[in-house]
Amino acid sequence: MEKKIRILIAKPGLDGHDRGAKFIARALRDAGMEVIYTGIRQTPESIADTAIQEDVDFVGLSLLSGAHNVLFPKVVEELKKRGAEDIIVFGGGVIPEDDIPFLKKKGIQAVFTPGTSINDVIDFINDKMNGKNR
Amino acid sequence: MEKTDNLAKNIKNGDIRAIARGISIVENGGYEREAILQELYTEGQSYIVGITGPPGAGKSSLIDLLINELKNHFKKIAILAIDPSSPFTGGAILGDRIRMQKHTGDPDIYIRSMASRGHLGGISGATKDAIKVVSAAGYDLVIVETVGVGQSEIDVVKLADTTVLVLVPGLGDEIQAMKSGIMEIGDLFVVNKSDRPESEKLATTVRWIVDEHYKEEAYKPPVILTSVYKNEGIEETVRGIMAHKDYIYENDIYKQKRKMRIEDDIRGLLEEKLNSFIEHHIKYPERIEQWVEKVYKGNSTPFDIVKGIHENLIIDVKEEI
Amino acid sequence: MNKDDIRKEKEKWENEVLKPFLAKAPERNNLKDSSGKNVERLYTPLDYEENYNEKLNFPGQYPYTRGVYPTMYRGRFWTMRQYAGFGTAEESNERYKYLLKQGQTGLSVAFDLPTQIGYDSDDPVSEGEVGKVGVAIDTLNDMEILFKDIPLDKVSTSMTINATASVLLAMYIAVAEKQGIPADKIRGTIQNDILKEYIARGTYVFPPKPSMRLITNIFEFCSQNVPKWNTISISGYHIREAGSSAAQEVAFTLADGIEYCKAAIDAGLDIDVFAGRLSFFFNAHNDLLEEIAKFRAARRMWAKIMKEKFGAKKAKSMMLRFHTQTAGSTLTAQQPDNNIVRVAIQTLAAVLGGTQSLHTNSRDEALALPTEDSVRIALRTQQIVAYESGVTKTIDPLAGSYYIETLTDKIEKEAFEYIDKIEKMGGMVAAIEGGFVQKEIQNSAYKYQMEIEKGERIIVGVNKFQIEEPPVEGLLRVDMTIQEKQIEKLKKIKENRDNTKVKNILSELEKKAKGNSNLMPTILEAVKSYASIGEITNTLRKVFGEYKENIVL
Repeated sequence: MEKKIRILIAKPGLDGHDRGAKFIARALRDAGMEVIYTGIRQTPESIADTAIQEDVDFVGLSLLSGAHNVLFPKVVEELKKRGAEDIIVFGGGVIPEDDIPFLKKKGIQAVFTPGTSINDVIDFINDKMNGKNR
Repeated sequence: MEKTDNLAKNIKNGDIRAIARGISIVENGGYEREAILQELYTEGQSYIVGITGPPGAGKSSLIDLLINELKNHFKKIAILAIDPSSPFTGGAILGDRIRMQKHTGDPDIYIRSMASRGHLGGISGATKDAIKVVSAAGYDLVIVETVGVGQSEIDVVKLADTTVLVLVPGLGDEIQAMKSGIMEIGDLFVVNKSDRPESEKLATTVRWIVDEHYKEEAYKPPVILTSVYKNEGIEETVRGIMAHKDYIYENDIYKQKRKMRIEDDIRGLLEEKLNSFIEHHIKYPERIEQWVEKVYKGNSTPFDIVKGIHENLIIDVKEEI
Repeated sequence: MNKDDIRKEKEKWENEVLKPFLAKAPERNNLKDSSGKNVERLYTPLDYEENYNEKLNFPGQYPYTRGVYPTMYRGRFWTMRQYAGFGTAEESNERYKYLLKQGQTGLSVAFDLPTQIGYDSDDPVSEGEVGKVGVAIDTLNDMEILFKDIPLDKVSTSMTINATASVLLAMYIAVAEKQGIPADKIRGTIQNDILKEYIARGTYVFPPKPSMRLITNIFEFCSQNVPKWNTISISGYHIREAGSSAAQEVAFTLADGIEYCKAAIDAGLDIDVFAGRLSFFFNAHNDLLEEIAKFRAARRMWAKIMKEKFGAKKAKSMMLRFHTQTAGSTLTAQQPDNNIVRVAIQTLAAVLGGTQSLHTNSRDEALALPTEDSVRIALRTQQIVAYESGVTKTIDPLAGSYYIETLTDKIEKEAFEYIDKIEKMGGMVAAIEGGFVQKEIQNSAYKYQMEIEKGERIIVGVNKFQIEEPPVEGLLRVDMTIQEKQIEKLKKIKENRDNTKVKNILSELEKKAKGNSNLMPTILEAVKSYASIGEITNTLRKVFGEYKENIVL
């Protein structure tokens, strides 16, 4: 029995700064997970379609251009439209603390701001997986 | 089992979520895997094209362009893109679909990234099973893009009806091509990045080798130059694939391949079941340490240990009968 | 004292003074430079092969190690040029006027992502992005508002624009014309560096070949019509921000420069005609001393490359003039006021490194676009270094330091190794397509980040000296209604312009793009007829296609 955690790391919108996303992808791989990385300039629709085709457990969104309040909830919405609310969405990037309550209300379950340790992300993922398996 | 019945039904209806779930189930193994495969096994008969070659050959970009052309010949296309798992951490970064992302919204195209999960040979242990899932869902063409680890692309040959070997100049291919047995693999040879100056030379070398190797054969693999940038050689490649398809259908080779795969499936399952049964019966996990100690202390050899197990097993079976 | 004497004395010191001291008080670990190489305890004449005339010479003289001008800051300070722009052209115009009043000496325009990637504000992919990271420019009308009441003959303007540089430059020329200023009088820079977009920044549109064609079109057009314009700002800033080491920053930037020069020469331009207008853009990172050595190495390397590889004859062709920005990625969201100190040290690095122009980041860098107060402090940082610190009284003051000179040589050597490797691959375009450059940067970035995770690299306030802090207040917010405002504006422009004229000029552009001629005159005509940036870029997309990212992880 070899269940692996599958995660989609995506950059919605036009922002091209991918250092953070690439680091997370690599670090999660090193933590034993299977990471699908879509690259930059993804639309919320294509992120949702990809998440479903890949049967991921999580979608991690990275955005540094300030468009997170519009684009992150859009991804959650598109997943819902496709009957995939069980996929857990989290985000990171240049996101002011003030915006986090709004994002959480819109279904983004965690927001990792600059200076977050990768261990926090991994702990979040493992906790959620344990919750799912119960 | 009701859950499995439902899932199988949805897969056969082409529900994407179900297909994706199905593939995860066969990847994860166990009882669920057998249950779903049992439901799906005889459904669907996809044509399977394997695309292999060294890393950096541009396989994904090529597939991205081939899809457009292949849609003229097939209704629904599934792509299984395999990338290596890290031998140390067991994790993987699956990045092939990036090159094909523009097809993600197309309802007739399904793309799935799979990690090799320790399986050598360029594919994953679950690739065969995943093919059955998408086949049952009505995808009439399945493209398997393999890791292409150099000399062990062999596994994809057993699995595919047509295998395309993608080479690219500058990766020491000329020597590789001649050294390894990969000439046995390709039903088509594609020399990608034809906008590079050395590609002509590589194509010539490959053509020469093909001519030598396939002198007496009825089918000679074409050698095609392609360029993703210039969008060249794509139609020719698809024509080559369709020509090979015709060839193996006309000559019953297709039938032989299918039967060989079925035999592999039966044998594989049998080995798995028997191994599992025997290990359980002889209490392998509990006793292996003792056996190792015995040999380590010089009081026995592995041959004696196994001879003993074998003889005891036969006695047990005879008794039961 | 000759070298043998020094060597003898050093050994004596190590045995008699150092060893016993270390036995009682060991040194810290991990004292490495950005390439991961050890920084030695001490540098002496033993480490450095001196050759003043060949390696250093004098400022304003080949190989320009000590500076590109004979008087440097004794004559004139570097240009204090704060990158700014957000929301609407009206708001940005206000911020520019504010900064000019506060003593800024040049303008630097930030554009939003749709503008940088050639999408109009009403394009579906622009959703959520309009006006966020810079000003939204859809047509010439926005540009006119952006520079309202700003005399373009009195300021120099730097525009951070790459894939769509031709369009924005054309708009700037058109605005100046409307102000009655001829093109040969305007001064400024466009970043126009597509190679680093593929490597590190991501705002590319077309594939390499047509992008190079546009770039060389701009070189040619400006050499004839806009002679005071710096046609490219070959950038290492973003490469460093993506995680490269200092030596990689220099190597990949200069390798990009070599590729542009090759392209221009292939297009028939003479090296001495366009090389004088090439400028560079570097990062000012944390390690003060390594950064200073890096800038000096870069100057010496470029001079050698221009003279020996390209046979340049004019002095101006061999001078590496550069703008610097302090390293955004080093600034933290935690205890943001600390960032003011970081920026001050990075400013010193840039100034002691001889920069021609400088942007200092604001303390709220990791949180949002800067408030007026934050950006004023950033500007004051430059002014304090300029007027109060004393480092500007003499040229290249750290020359002759055993460490600085050794390190300058070391960085040069390492960078040239990379450049040679890239040459063997067939040049920068080939190296990028093969993923070599990206892989090097990512490995470096990964290493750096893991050092932070493991606590081997300390970031004050983040993995050491943390405090409980409430969320920062008073951050700048970009107005959410901006997208609607721009869409309205664009609609009105499209209604009121001569749409036949626009259609004709776009079809002429398409035709010319398929051929080989210089596209700048046609683009200029198109912007003057109020064609939108999306319309112009989409026309070119049709002919050139779009670049597809090469992911290397």
